Amino acid sequence: MIPGTFDYHRPTTVESAVALLLQLGEDARPLAGGHSLIPLMKTRLAAPEHLVDLGAIEGLHRVERIGDDVVIGAMTTQHSVINSSLLADLVPILRETALVIADPQIRYKGTIGGNCANGDPGNDMPALMQCLGASYTLTGTGGNRQVSARDFYLGAYETALAPGEILTEIRIPIPPTGHGYGYEKLKRKVGDYATAAAAVVITMAAGTCTSASIGLTNVSETPLWAAEAARILVGSTLDVATVDAAVAAAEAITTPASDMRGPAEYRTKMAGVMLRRALGRARVRATV
Amino acid sequence: MNEQVKIDIDRAERTEKLQGMGCKRKRVEDIRFTQGKGSYVDDLKLPGMLFGDFVRSPHAHARIVSIDTTRAKALPGVIAVLTAADLKPLGLHYMPTLAGDVQAVLAEEKVLFQNQEVAFVIAEDRYIASDATELVDVVYEALPCIVDPFKAMLPDAPILREDIKDKMIGAHGPRKHPNHIFEWQIGDKQATDEVFAHADVTIKEMLVDHRTHPSPLETCQSVASFDKVKGELTLWGTFQAPHVIRTVVSLISGLPEHKIHVIAPDIGGGFGNKVGAYAGYVCSVVGSIVLGVPVKWVEDRMENLSTTSFARDYHMTTELAATKEGKILGMRVHVLADHGAFDACADPSKWPAGFMNICTGSYDIPVAHLAVDGVYTNKASGGVAYRCSFRVTEAVFAIERAIEVLAQKLGMDAAELRIKNFIKAEQFPYHSALGWEYDSGDYHTAMKKAMDAIGYTALRAEQAEKREAFKRGETRELMGIGISFFTEIVGAGPAKNCDILGIAMFDSAEIRIHPTGSVIARMGTKSQGQGHETTYAQIIATELGIPADDIMIEEGNTDTAPYGLGTYGSRSTPVAGAATAVAARKIKAKAQMIAAHMLEVHEGDLEWDIDRFRVKGLPEKFKTMKEIAWSAYNAPPPNLEPGLEAVNYYEPPNMTYPFGAYFCVMDIDVDTGVAKTRRFYALDDCGTRINPMIIEGQVHGGLTEAFACAMGQEIRYDEMGNVMGASFMDFFLPTAVETPKWETDFTVTPSPHHPIGAKGVGESPHVGGVPCFSNAVNDAYAFLDAGHIQMPHDAWRLWKVGERLGLHG
Ligand SMILES: Cc1cc2nc3c(=O)[nH]c(=O)nc-3n(C[C@H](O)[C@H](O)[C@H](O)COP(=O)(O)OP(=O)(O)OC[C@H]3O[C@@H](n4cnc5c(N)ncnc54)[C@H](O)[C@@H]3O)c2cc1C
Repeated sequence: MIPGTFDYHRPTTVESAVALLLQLGEDARPLAGGHSLIPLMKTRLAAPEHLVDLGAIEGLHRVERIGDDVVIGAMTTQHSVINSSLLADLVPILRETALVIADPQIRYKGTIGGNCANGDPGNDMPALMQCLGASYTLTGTGGNRQVSARDFYLGAYETALAPGEILTEIRIPIPPTGHGYGYEKLKRKVGDYATAAAAVVITMAAGTCTSASIGLTNVSETPLWAAEAARILVGSTLDVATVDAAVAAAEAITTPASDMRGPAEYRTKMAGVMLRRALGRARVRATV
Repeated sequence: MNEQVKIDIDRAERTEKLQGMGCKRKRVEDIRFTQGKGSYVDDLKLPGMLFGDFVRSPHAHARIVSIDTTRAKALPGVIAVLTAADLKPLGLHYMPTLAGDVQAVLAEEKVLFQNQEVAFVIAEDRYIASDATELVDVVYEALPCIVDPFKAMLPDAPILREDIKDKMIGAHGPRKHPNHIFEWQIGDKQATDEVFAHADVTIKEMLVDHRTHPSPLETCQSVASFDKVKGELTLWGTFQAPHVIRTVVSLISGLPEHKIHVIAPDIGGGFGNKVGAYAGYVCSVVGSIVLGVPVKWVEDRMENLSTTSFARDYHMTTELAATKEGKILGMRVHVLADHGAFDACADPSKWPAGFMNICTGSYDIPVAHLAVDGVYTNKASGGVAYRCSFRVTEAVFAIERAIEVLAQKLGMDAAELRIKNFIKAEQFPYHSALGWEYDSGDYHTAMKKAMDAIGYTALRAEQAEKREAFKRGETRELMGIGISFFTEIVGAGPAKNCDILGIAMFDSAEIRIHPTGSVIARMGTKSQGQGHETTYAQIIATELGIPADDIMIEEGNTDTAPYGLGTYGSRSTPVAGAATAVAARKIKAKAQMIAAHMLEVHEGDLEWDIDRFRVKGLPEKFKTMKEIAWSAYNAPPPNLEPGLEAVNYYEPPNMTYPFGAYFCVMDIDVDTGVAKTRRFYALDDCGTRINPMIIEGQVHGGLTEAFACAMGQEIRYDEMGNVMGASFMDFFLPTAVETPKWETDFTVTPSPHHPIGAKGVGESPHVGGVPCFSNAVNDAYAFLDAGHIQMPHDAWRLWKVGERLGLHG
């Protein structure tokens, strides 16, 4: 648990960070809160020769409303996400999710950008971002591009980030007022990654589900957007048969690993149970 | 105010000032611990100190074809790389174990478990040492491995220990197979078989106490510093038994024992993990002797969990025979004990299976037979007592699970069955069928108090209702009630049956009263967080009438402390605590002579009164201990040598037998397998209570570790012998959030043979807690005929039980 040798850089602008990363090439990694990267370095599963700390760059730590979106700077910590009244009002599921990530100490350092950019299927924010239809602003030498969270994750630790690119902000379309939501996570203890977790956002009108979106955490190489399961819910009263069908559709797309959290079959079933419970809570919270 | 009230107030005030036995004195060591001012091995920085790190085997079983250290030695900052070839000429490539086996320090021809030590890199800093381990080129030829102890004994099993393959008589008698270590038997086999052949009811269950690992916050570590000019070695380390380490180092290094200074500074938890001698200690010593500069070795968490001593891995076929009315007639147990690659089990030398023969528990079982077979597998070695006296957690798990299985078969309430079979208060001292003499106990009283406190009858009624509701589909929760009534055996121990490498398991105390009446006392034990600095001082305070705050306790430096066997197996209070009381009494006897001289009366005319000797019938004529101390140095009576100090080496006449009644109420979500502990009530009887607050703290800690072991903590291996989950990512160490709320209670049945009647409590909660949790889980599913459910009871395993029983629709 002793990391290899590395150099440390602390640029103050996005431009210089991007330039550094490009110049240093494959041996360089951005450093945000360090709570995913440093454990990997301590076990020597990662051995970057250069760390480019994004901590001194101004403007990456912010939460604001821009039109129909909320925009969160990549270096905003999970702690700030939890304490943002803007987010609590507009996208309360973010707070609910951030509260089940790791523990208070880690949330105080760990960033939402790092959580989304990391590409570990165990991270909780990515599936939520897929559920919310968020997009990421990726900044490289050629300027910015937008990539949907639903297209960003290519495999375990493989993302759409090109060499030298930094995730600078997250844009989340504000869900309609009165929407119901729930993030349900099964874990062995505080500070544990999910055995399985589900994010649900729905809207209801006159007892009928008018829209639904579902994300699943840690039951595949990537976060999963359960489009088919959500489609099944829309137009129903969320009756038992429909929910059963949606749960089955969600379970069907999972391909979890067997690990100390349990065998694959268990984790698939837990994705279903978490979905059922998240949906139950979302329904109670939906105002119409 | 009348005279008597005045006297009472005065006496109460003087007693309170002492902060002696029975008071909730705050832990004095916490003043430094809570401020980060403790001083641990890793805090040590010596001039010129080098750092060591291990090259470890990726294979569980492989032949070493070659080791090439060239690239590592070429790395700037690397000073030396040790391999077995370097140690062999010194006779140090193997070291003796406490169990009479030998253990590789650095692997010579073969590796026998994953992460086994292969080479030791010594470098100028910790980072370079770690970098260099990646530059040692080792070529392995993989061999078939054994992780299942049952397969170790198959006729065609690969032979693991080629170094001893022709040595068919082991330290504990004949070996039946090259992978066999020992067979140990006790009890009357014939009479037991006879009882089983004719009993109304018998049960037989394979109970697995799975492999796990103690996890002290501080891992194992050492700093060795050899002074070539003086020929002296100073060794700082995480040692639960520093004196034994000194003797062992002397025996294996050939250095005279007086030229070895072993120092155990503050220790951040032990739980058995720091009893053994490890390759890291030896390599830091060799490194320092060879290089003449200090060498530090600090284990990381993954190394700790995967290499230094594990615990448990006992596969216990447990049988009970009873009448149909529920009177237990006999017990028969066979254990297959997985000891890993070397027999490095930490037990008193004559006890290869520890005190497993306490497995008849709290019950009057007329006959019993126990046989234990130890075997080698391709796993890390160890077999330490993880917060318990030697193999007592295993023993108590066997009887406390088995009695529940029997209750179910008989259709009897599990509490009632226990009460029916308890050893009665009037039967003590009680001779058990497997050879122990239980010193004292009052099980019926404790059980009744516990059942009343938890509201046992009401809980069973609630459970019956819940079960019906579950069957009707109205709830998805199962309610379990766990019971455990354990008897521990601690305080090893009497010389007649307990020694470590031939050294009797006594312990010691040396007390010196200074002229001004303050005290320094040293013991042969070593606290790892138990609060010895607080409690030993309380014993002396009460015995000698000196305020505990004026008494300093010191342990861990072999140059200054009297020889002792160390702290584990809850032995500090029963053995060193007794030595402390006896040494104090020697001082008190001398103090009485001095007081008599000072008061010009006959010794027999004096009586002790809290902090002073006073003349019988003349309470205003007295001398306080403080005055006596001054006089001891200033004007001792003629014919009496000056000074006021004493030493005692205490050899206990018997073990002590703490006991307790534990109850657990658990609710299990069948759909996820998640178990929630609703209540946990622990009644402990540890005899005389020295510091109720420390006892409570020990109970909280022990129960938390019991909860962890029962509910998820494990060291697992896959079929290739890869160790799984050996980091805090997976290894279940509960936080305050998962840990249940503990309700504690007590009864007091003093030990009749201990000078202050104390029995030791550090391990009881762990020993009693594990089966209590497991019984709660098993009880929850019992009405569904689930059969025995093995530990650990983590969520996925309980979900699998639900699957098997068809509970998930
Ligand atoms: C004990 C423990 C428990 C945890 N439990 C959970 C949990 O339950 N759920 C969960 O979601 N997480 C968990 N985490 C991870 C934690 O949330 C991390 O903080 C988070 O995953 C990464 O954020 P960071 O800011 O720490 O990123 P870092 O660790 O600094 O970086 C992570 C990776 O992302 C890259 N990166 C970071 N920021 C950017 C950026 N802006 N642009 C491009 N690349 C970037 C880095 O190069 C690195 O590869 C846990 C961590 C620990 C130590």
